[in-house]
Parts: sequence; structure tokens; C-alpha cells
Amino acid sequence: MFMRWFHELGSPPYFYRFAGRLIPWLGGLCLVLLVTGLYLGLIVAPSDYQQGESYRIIYIHVPSAWMSLFIYVVMAACGAIALIWRMKLAEVVAISSAPVGASFTFLALVTGSLWGKPMWGTWWVWDARLTSELLLLFLYLGVIALYSAIEDKRQAARAASILAIVGVVNIPLIHYSVEWWNTLHQGPTVTKFDAPSIDVRMLVPLLIMALAFKLFYIVNMLMRARCELLSRERNSRWVAELAEADHG
Amino acid sequence: MAEFFHMGGYAFYVWMSYGIAALVLVANLLAPRWQRRRLLDELARKARRSRRQQERAARNS
Amino acid sequence: MSDLSLRSAFAVLLKRDLVLAYRRRAEIANPLLFFILITALFPLGLGSNKPMLQAVGPGVIWVAALLAALLSLDGMFRSDFEDGSLEQLMLSSHPVSLLVVAKISAHWLVTGLPLVVVAPLLGVLLSLPGDAIAVLVLTLLLGTPILSLIGAVGVALTVGLRRGGIILSLLVLPLYVPVLIFASDAVSTAAAGIPITAQLYIIGAMLVLALSLAPLATAASLRVSLS
Repeated sequence: MFMRWFHELGSPPYFYRFAGRLIPWLGGLCLVLLVTGLYLGLIVAPSDYQQGESYRIIYIHVPSAWMSLFIYVVMAACGAIALIWRMKLAEVVAISSAPVGASFTFLALVTGSLWGKPMWGTWWVWDARLTSELLLLFLYLGVIALYSAIEDKRQAARAASILAIVGVVNIPLIHYSVEWWNTLHQGPTVTKFDAPSIDVRMLVPLLIMALAFKLFYIVNMLMRARCELLSRERNSRWVAELAEADHG
Repeated sequence: MAEFFHMGGYAFYVWMSYGIAALVLVANLLAPRWQRRRLLDELARKARRSRRQQERAARNS
Repeated sequence: MSDLSLRSAFAVLLKRDLVLAYRRRAEIANPLLFFILITALFPLGLGSNKPMLQAVGPGVIWVAALLAALLSLDGMFRSDFEDGSLEQLMLSSHPVSLLVVAKISAHWLVTGLPLVVVAPLLGVLLSLPGDAIAVLVLTLLLGTPILSLIGAVGVALTVGLRRGGIILSLLVLPLYVPVLIFASDAVSTAAAGIPITAQLYIIGAMLVLALSLAPLATAASLRVSLS
């Protein structure tokens, strides 16, 4: 039963319709979580005794940073599936993840910088996390650039998948090397947040926002995957019918 | 209310963060929507053109 | 090709690439000149203050080495791709990942090793102390093969593209960062008279990792690029 459904999911028209039905539900849930998270985070949660109100950037910054890593791993895993089993759908999911992941990485960097200015006194420090996040952004941009540079989209997806996997091997290496480099150079070490001592009223909105961002990723990835499928299958019958129905 | 927007003096940093986040997320939602629209329009145009050609060919024969 | 043992296939391929490189020696010398020139520009831009040059020297030389390696990468598979011998290679009965190692070795011998040889000269130009120069040579000896290995993956992914060069730098440079950090740190630390075994072990470990994984990734990438 499940395997049959899974096989059906691999067929582009089925996936297109399935994703189309899923998107409104997940999108609605995402919106509800987003509003709840923002309400709890911006209004209910108390201000931090050390950082005042500025800490509220955490509700954007930390979920973005989590998602930036999560999406990269998903992308590489889908890339591996695409390379090993030649599954078209995995290619599409991997490629559709890249722009969302790059966006979250960018957000993590920008909000980190906006948080750093009042807390550390500068927009940018060569802090271990900031630096590895910056390199992560470059890895994402590399995947996107490689994919868009190759004309044949199946070949492009496979090349981008290999690059994503090479990047996954490198991420821990980059992270630890940057951390080690930074500790040797005595960077400004400000502990941002004492994880165990975090107030529940601060923690709950953080987790809700993280969930909302995860749903946002799924929704957006499905939207992009639908586009990608349409574009790839533009000469097939089901897309022609769809375009015709669309224009009445 | 004013106090809420003031954010204890950190208004610029906090609202800038939230504003940029909103902008990036909305842009991510719009991009595939526009791409889909463009693609469907292009396909419809192509279909119409080929149909017209077929009709013309049928009339000429 | 099938009656050739793997060892002789490897040797033939290595020799062929070296001979080809020797015939194009002027072209091959370019990255080396680039390496020297870039390093020589820094004192002109920063001033000839000796302690300052000593402080930035290791980083400058290593960044110049990265750029020189990047400049030389494009030639690794380009001409073989254009004349079709790369496809011949893919059809061989031997594992492509091992044959690729022959090509990468040839590339390193032709472009990486010269950097190691001229590095002491640049160390003197940037007034590094003697110990630091020895460590510089050591780190380049361990590090430049990593640059060739990682670079091979990037070149294999972009070999079919007309404007592969710009994308290649975007793909490869972030992956070079760990090497840059540990190698230039080893040289600076050695200049301060502190032992650097930890850094050398880590660079060695990265070399082993790159040597075992990069050929597989290169072979897979070539298969994708030639499909």
C-alpha cells in the first residue's frame, strides 16, 4: 500500500497535484504558527535581564540558522538519492531546496549582524559561527550557480547533487577549523544565550518559530518543485492540458 | 503600544531584523508563483500558435 | 587498453600528461609567475615595515598559492575534454577514479610542486624567519596536493561549460578554507617559535581524506559532465 503510493508520488503529474493539495494546508498551519510564535515572542515573553529587548532578534536568527543547516543536509541527502537511484523527484526536491536554504542562511547572517551591532558593538566579527555561516552561503550559491549554468536540467541536477554532497563532507571540517582558528585568535567571546537557564516563556516561542520556519521551507520547496516539474515536463501531455485548462 | 515599538531603545535592530525576514520570506513565496505564471502563459501561447497552424494547414488542403 | 595492467595504465597516463605539460611549458609557467607576482605586490601595497610583513606573510603566501592553484585548475581536463580523450578514458576497463589520480598527480607535479620550490624565495621577500620558511615549505608540500584534489572535483563538474572559470572559483574556494586556516596558522605559529605538530597532523589528515574521497567524486562528476 505504502510502496504503491510512494511509486505514484514519483510520477510528476501525481506529485504536482499532490503537492498542490498539500500546500494550502501546510501554508495555513505555517501561518498560524508564525502568528502565535510572533505574539508569544514579541509580546508575552519577558525581556532579557542582560540584553533587554534586543534579544528578541533570536526568534528570527536562531530558527534561520537551524534551517540553514537542516536544509543543506536535506539537499545533500536528496542529491544522494538522486544520484544512486536516479529518482527524478529527488533531483527536483534537492534543487528546489537550494534557494530556500540560501535565503535562510542570508537571514541568519543579516540578523546575526543586526544583533551583533548593539551587543558586541560591531556589525561583523570573525566569530566561528558567523564565518562558517558565511561559507555555507557560498556553498549554497555554488550549488545554485552550477545548476543554472548547465543547460540540460537532469545533468545539471546531478552535478549540483555531487557538489552538495562534497559540501556536506566539508561543513564539519569548515566549522571546526573556523572554530579552532577563532579560539586561537582570541575573538570577542560573548555568550549569546545560556541554553539551560533559558526561561520557558522565551523557549516556547523559539520552538514554535522554528517549527513555523520548517513548515515554510516545506511549503516553499513544494511550490518551487511544482514549477521545476512544469518547466522540465513542458513538452509532455499533462502540462499542455494544464496550461490549456488554466487559460480556459 | 509606543513602548512595544520602541523595543527598549533597540527598535532599529529588532524591527530591521523582522522587516528583512518578512521581505525575504515574501520574496521566496512570490518567486515560484511568478515563474509558474510565466511558464503557463508561454505554454498557452505556444499551444495557440500550433493550433492556428494546424487550422491553416487544414483549410489549405 | 584492456590488455594494460592498471599499474602501467596509470604510468602511461601520468607520463602522457607530463609530456603534454612539457610541450606547453610557457603556459604552465603562468600560475607560478602569478604566485610570485601576487606575493611581491603585497609589500608594495602595504609598505616595507618588516614586523608587519612578517605578521601577514604566511597568510599572503598561502592566499597567493590558493589563487595560483585556482588559475592552473582549468587546464586539468579542458584539452582532454575538447579532443575527446577524456571520453576514451571513461571507456577504459580500469576504474576511472584511479586513472583520475594519475591526472591529478601530473597536475600537482606540474603546478603544485613548483610553488613549493619557489616558496622559500617568497618567504625571504616577506622577511619570514628561517624556521617559518621551513614550515611554509612543509605545509605547501602537504597542502598543495589537497588543492589539486579538491580542485579536480570542481573542474570535473564545470568542464563542459563554456564559462566554467567563474563558477569554478565559487565552487572551489569555500572548500579550500580549512587548508588555508591550518596552513597559514602553522607558519605564523612556527614564526613565533611554538611547536606546530598539531596543525601538521590535521593537514595530513585532510590530505588523506581528500586523497581517498576526491578521486571518487571526480570520477562521478566526470561521468555526469560527459553524459
